[in-house]
Amino acid sequence: MNLLDKLNDIKARHDYEALIDLIPYAKTIGVETSMIGESIVSSLRFTEDNIGNPAIPALHGGAIAGFMENAALLHLIWEIELTNIPKIIDFSIDYLRPGQATSTYSKCHIIRLGSRVALCNVTAWQEDTNKPIAQARGHFLLSENKPIKP
Amino acid sequence: MTTHPYLEKICQTPHAKKLNLTLIKADKTSVTLKLPYSKEIIGDSINNFIHGGAVTTAIDTACGAAIFQKQKNLRALATLDLRVDYVCPAPSGADVNVYADCYHLTNTIAFVRATAYTDDIKAPIATAIGTFMRSNKPFPID
Repeated sequence: MNLLDKLNDIKARHDYEALIDLIPYAKTIGVETSMIGESIVSSLRFTEDNIGNPAIPALHGGAIAGFMENAALLHLIWEIELTNIPKIIDFSIDYLRPGQATSTYSKCHIIRLGSRVALCNVTAWQEDTNKPIAQARGHFLLSENKPIKP
Repeated sequence: MTTHPYLEKICQTPHAKKLNLTLIKADKTSVTLKLPYSKEIIGDSINNFIHGGAVTTAIDTACGAAIFQKQKNLRALATLDLRVDYVCPAPSGADVNVYADCYHLTNTIAFVRATAYTDDIKAPIATAIGTFMRSNKPFPID
């Protein structure tokens, strides 16, 4: 079974936990998924391994970015009808507050869903939804990466 | 060019250690770090491609190290923003190198560019640009 068929099968079974099994990096950093209504929601449990600044202690900015990027990808996979695996084109993150040694949550929003490209916004927060620790936007390629006709 | 002995510390934060980031080269305003290929950082388990998030962490860390080289000391930094363009996936099984150059410092802000590649820096897998807030606080690793 190829990855696309596997993903469509997972979606049909609503088996959001199986989705994470396909992404070893997400397991490595401690991503957890749950369902709120029909939407998939990603959270990042705190682990010592994600610390970037032991003095505060604060999460590594890279771990936060990786978590948010992954959250956007999972959100897209769950929300749209897949004909290809979405591939990340670019990701731009603004850090607003240090990520403390506690769980991090994310919310994704698809700003524009085209036939070839999707643009997503992601917000991450910890204890207070009104105090996000980072916000990000990223483009994902939805179409096949076929050559443009000359 | 001398590598400040303390520069190794940027690879000693818990998350950098988890990803086995290693410093391989340093110049006046730039550094090169290696992100070794590992099963733990795969994002696409069919093609065994590395997850973009792991590349982002290597880029963020390399950018910090480049700033330390340029400012000639190790201080706490805060990433303000980072934009990464994923040019193409890294070939499965290949280690990723990240070259970062701090091209300008103001009293408060550092501006950095970075390129991630496997064999040839002219054939990058990702490019990035970021800004960081400088501080007088000590770097948190002894």
